Amino acid sequence: MKRQIPLALVFVFGLFMIFQYFVPHEKSEWVYEFLLDWILVIGIFALALGIWSLYKVSVDKIRARKENWAYSYVTLFGLFVMILFGFTAPNGESWGLYAVFVTTAILTILMIIQTMVAKSQKGLYLGLAGLFLAASVVIAIFDGAWSFHFYTAEGLQNYWFRAFFDHILIPILSTMFSLLAFFIASAAYRAFRARNLLASLLLISALIVMLRFNPYLQPIMGDYMAKTSNWLMNVPNLAAQRAIVIGIGLGIVATALKVILGIERGYMGKG
Amino acid sequence: MVHNNVGVIITLLVIAGGLVWLLVRSFRGKEIDRRVIFLFIMVSVAAPLLATITFKFTATPIVEALYDKIEALPEGSTVLLSFDFDPAMAPEVQPMANVVTRHCLEKNIKIVFMCLWATGQGQLEITLDQVLRRDFAHKIDGVDYVNMGYKAGNEGVLNVIVTDFEKMFPTDVNTTPYGDIEILQGVNSCKDMDLIVSFGGGRPGIKEWILFVGDPTGVPSAGGVAAVVAPQLYPYYPRQLMGLLGGIKGAAEYESHFRERHPNHADMDTPAIIMMGPQTIAHIVIIAFIIIGNVLFFMNRRRGARS
Repeated sequence: MKRQIPLALVFVFGLFMIFQYFVPHEKSEWVYEFLLDWILVIGIFALALGIWSLYKVSVDKIRARKENWAYSYVTLFGLFVMILFGFTAPNGESWGLYAVFVTTAILTILMIIQTMVAKSQKGLYLGLAGLFLAASVVIAIFDGAWSFHFYTAEGLQNYWFRAFFDHILIPILSTMFSLLAFFIASAAYRAFRARNLLASLLLISALIVMLRFNPYLQPIMGDYMAKTSNWLMNVPNLAAQRAIVIGIGLGIVATALKVILGIERGYMGKG
Repeated sequence: MVHNNVGVIITLLVIAGGLVWLLVRSFRGKEIDRRVIFLFIMVSVAAPLLATITFKFTATPIVEALYDKIEALPEGSTVLLSFDFDPAMAPEVQPMANVVTRHCLEKNIKIVFMCLWATGQGQLEITLDQVLRRDFAHKIDGVDYVNMGYKAGNEGVLNVIVTDFEKMFPTDVNTTPYGDIEILQGVNSCKDMDLIVSFGGGRPGIKEWILFVGDPTGVPSAGGVAAVVAPQLYPYYPRQLMGLLGGIKGAAEYESHFRERHPNHADMDTPAIIMMGPQTIAHIVIIAFIIIGNVLFFMNRRRGARS
């Protein structure tokens, strides 16, 4: 039954989603929208599962002292601090005991993690976690300078949320992405060589498209370079991309049929 | 045209001198260490930023199509702008989002902001700060624009809003009920939008907007994407995708085009035009390295044939 029920569900709903597309009836559309709601609900559960998975993987890494385990503390710190900042915001100019609250809340989480990873003194860490939790709850109740905002976007306007997003996340991700420039340059030098006819065609096309982006050459080349580049993008590139898109589309149809008919069972965790 | 000739000349001389030296070395069959390549890229990116090299750009047809579409929309039209990107793509995509938002506000077009990416909400706040709250402070939230925020669900969200917007967004980010938002009166689904523009480069992004919303409803769809993604979207242009800003070049073309035709925005921020300086020089350096690599390849092949 563990296998038959998921297979039957996939078969029934898979077939329904195919046939409803060709049945523009009110009831068919109602069922379709009802199923879409389920997709969203499942998606949100997946988000919660993702957070739990990240927490568990990080804690396991710390516990087993795997390579670079200390960075897992940074991951967990970032995860919980952003959640905390995202749900809280000051009510006025003053921040009150907000800093103390954040510190005690983070220490609570840290002690809970220590309880899970420590090989001894688990009771001590658990006691400390309870102490810090009590302190943060007391501050949250009696400090009127700030409050929780679970249903509004005020937390997203929180100075600290914005500061962490603008001054930590953005530079980190931008730096990672910009490193590509260095590797592309190095790879282009080593790989872009006219070894044969096809490689030469690729090389010339790439040079033309790159030169097309260059404003220095516009006065020299005139419209010729732009026209050639546009032709490359609109004709050979377009033809190749369409072929890829159609190929992918047919592949998706074939895979979907295999899943619906129970031939492909990878989604159940076992092939 | 080049606006800062001295900066350009100094930058090009320094880089060109180094490249000629490397070319001479390549004739002798000497490989270039990758750290040297990294150094050249660093100089070619940093120097134009310090010397502020800027150019004037002519909009290509695919960029001009989006500009003309927004320009042709009558006052009071409703445009949906979806922020589907993260900080990694922001250097390329944020300038597009900013200039298109500015254009819509300038034309008194109503804007519905939303995000399919969680990080899009943060990027949207940046656009609101840099454009709307700074230069269009008189625009009223809920009347001239509305921020519906982020919704989890990827394509599922699109599948719902294509028939029922309120079902997915019962309130805006400030928890104002859908029925109380003036701008959304008469907007039941994406079919009631006059234009949809998605800014992104990943999944879900403009491709999903075309497949799940633009194509089934016939609402004109356009996008702004990172340069690496742009070629993959050409199959949808121009029937399903009426305009596309590809990479920082597309953004620079739009900024240049918009500034030229709206002189009251002559002093607006033009991050894309500024960033085209480093990109242009870096492209020249990469092209030079490709040429040097090929010289080395043919020299070594000739030596191999002789021996």
